Amino acid sequence: MNLLSEPFAFEFFRQGLIASGLVGALCGMLGVYIVLRRMSYIGHGLSHSVFGGAVIGYVLALNFYMAAGLWGFLSALAINATARRRRIGADAAIGIVTTASFAVGVALISKTRSFTRNFEAALFGNILGVTPLDLVVVGVVTFAVAAFIVLFYKRLLFVTFDPEVAPIYGVNSGVVDTLFALAMAATIVASINVVGVTLIAATLVIPSTSARLLTDSFGRMIGISTVIGALSGIVGMYVSYWLDVSSGATIVLLEAAVFLACLVITSVARRRPTWMGQPIPVLARERPADDFE
Amino acid sequence: MTALATPGPLDRPAGAGGGDALVRFERVSCGYDGPPVLRDVDLTIRRGAFVGIVGPSGAGKTTLLRAIVGVVPRVEGRVTVDERAVGRGATAGVGWVPQLETVDWNFPATVREVVLMGRWAEHPWRAWATGDDRRRVDGLLERLGIGGLAGRHIRELSGGQQQRVFLARALIADPALLLLDEPTSGVDLKTRDDILHLLADLNGDGITIVLTTHELNTVAAHLPWVVCVNGTIVAEGDPDDIFTSAILGRTYGADLRVVRQDGLVLVADAAPHRLRDAMRHRHGDVEHAHHEHEAHEHAHDHGPARDASDHEHLP
Repeated sequence: MNLLSEPFAFEFFRQGLIASGLVGALCGMLGVYIVLRRMSYIGHGLSHSVFGGAVIGYVLALNFYMAAGLWGFLSALAINATARRRRIGADAAIGIVTTASFAVGVALISKTRSFTRNFEAALFGNILGVTPLDLVVVGVVTFAVAAFIVLFYKRLLFVTFDPEVAPIYGVNSGVVDTLFALAMAATIVASINVVGVTLIAATLVIPSTSARLLTDSFGRMIGISTVIGALSGIVGMYVSYWLDVSSGATIVLLEAAVFLACLVITSVARRRPTWMGQPIPVLARERPADDFE
Repeated sequence: MTALATPGPLDRPAGAGGGDALVRFERVSCGYDGPPVLRDVDLTIRRGAFVGIVGPSGAGKTTLLRAIVGVVPRVEGRVTVDERAVGRGATAGVGWVPQLETVDWNFPATVREVVLMGRWAEHPWRAWATGDDRRRVDGLLERLGIGGLAGRHIRELSGGQQQRVFLARALIADPALLLLDEPTSGVDLKTRDDILHLLADLNGDGITIVLTTHELNTVAAHLPWVVCVNGTIVAEGDPDDIFTSAILGRTYGADLRVVRQDGLVLVADAAPHRLRDAMRHRHGDVEHAHHEHEAHEHAHDHGPARDASDHEHLP
């Protein structure tokens, strides 16, 4: 017990633990939509894009969250707009917008070498340097994104499942897509100091993919993914304290381990008619039911 | 959004529709970014009608359906549903069943979750399903013959059951008009038969039904009213009347023959026959191919007279 409570004596650990739990939950929650809308690559690209915005903000002496957030949101909209032009594939559009943006950041850093260390933290995450302001931002973004997901749950589900048909049933997919881009940019900006640019994509993708293996219900997938993300954040923080390794990397490795465990469990389940008396999730099922039995 | 009046029971059997005009196209040209997909469309669909839309790929069948629900970006002319102009955005009171081929079957969604999408506007800000929602889903699934499957994942179902799930999503908001985009494509014979009977029953309950199909013999020929589309309306009417070589030739731009026997209408594609001729000709077996051709022509003597100049020979 003493072992568990020992790190709580440190302010940086308490703040880091709350931040990593919130970021884990936030990314797990939003990641479900990112994975199901096949936007994983956008999440990855957007984090690089935000890095460019952060560097520009630093050079212009602007607030980090304002500069990075605005840049991220504009990048998300630019990707959406470019991807709609059918001559350019969405993946190419993302590549152009985000790598160009990242290159701006790298160019500015190489020009002015004085603040390299700050941006090393942005690239790889520095959870031990989480400030009270960071914590407030993470808290506000988590609450806002959760509120968005609850209030727009039905619309988001419809647009994600059936983007062509949702507008026919009256869902304003333009509004939903724009708000979603905003939520994604805000999530990435809020998470950047905790897990870093290079690892954000993993925290968005791994918990939701693990949850997908465990359930066939959309509602349950969001719940499971959020819990996996939050627990990985908290436990990963502890583990990183004891092992004295980077907390962002520990969190991602823990999530990867959870994914591997889910994969093994569902693979074992596939070999049996039922697992633990429960119906097997669909990924493990191959034979369709008989017609009109 | 425009709302439709709930249909009352029909006095006469459904077909071309016994009621007043439910959907009306007046000099409508519409499409997307490029040139219009449909030009100068004048069409009336009456309340209680059961209409099939046929035509080749890219003819504008689905665009015609989409124009009814206001999701075609460029529309000239006027489309009305229940005498109200359709604007940008959806039209309330219309149920839409998409092609099953467009559905992502790996998406994590249970039957109940999919069906409830059709009712999202009832409580748009509420994330969870109410007791009333659940009762309605269960009742509807029971009525469609897939009761007890609400908790199953959509991929676990057979083709016919999957089609019924999407029918349930369209029906859960009590629509007066049901639009189906190729509801029988990719399903087996029995499932197709089941779906058509189910739609006939729904039509009997007073729901106006419009569907698109590629299947002339097995679907369109059995419908009471068919609209032939190829960039515009080529013809419309009872398939007994409008399924002729001339009309279908103009609709499909292909050499089609129509055989009528014992009250059945059978549309046959002449292309394979011509292709065989061309292949044999290419391989020097001209004489044999000629005899085959003559024999085939005799076999179709009971069909409508055809002008020999109609023949198009493959190069």
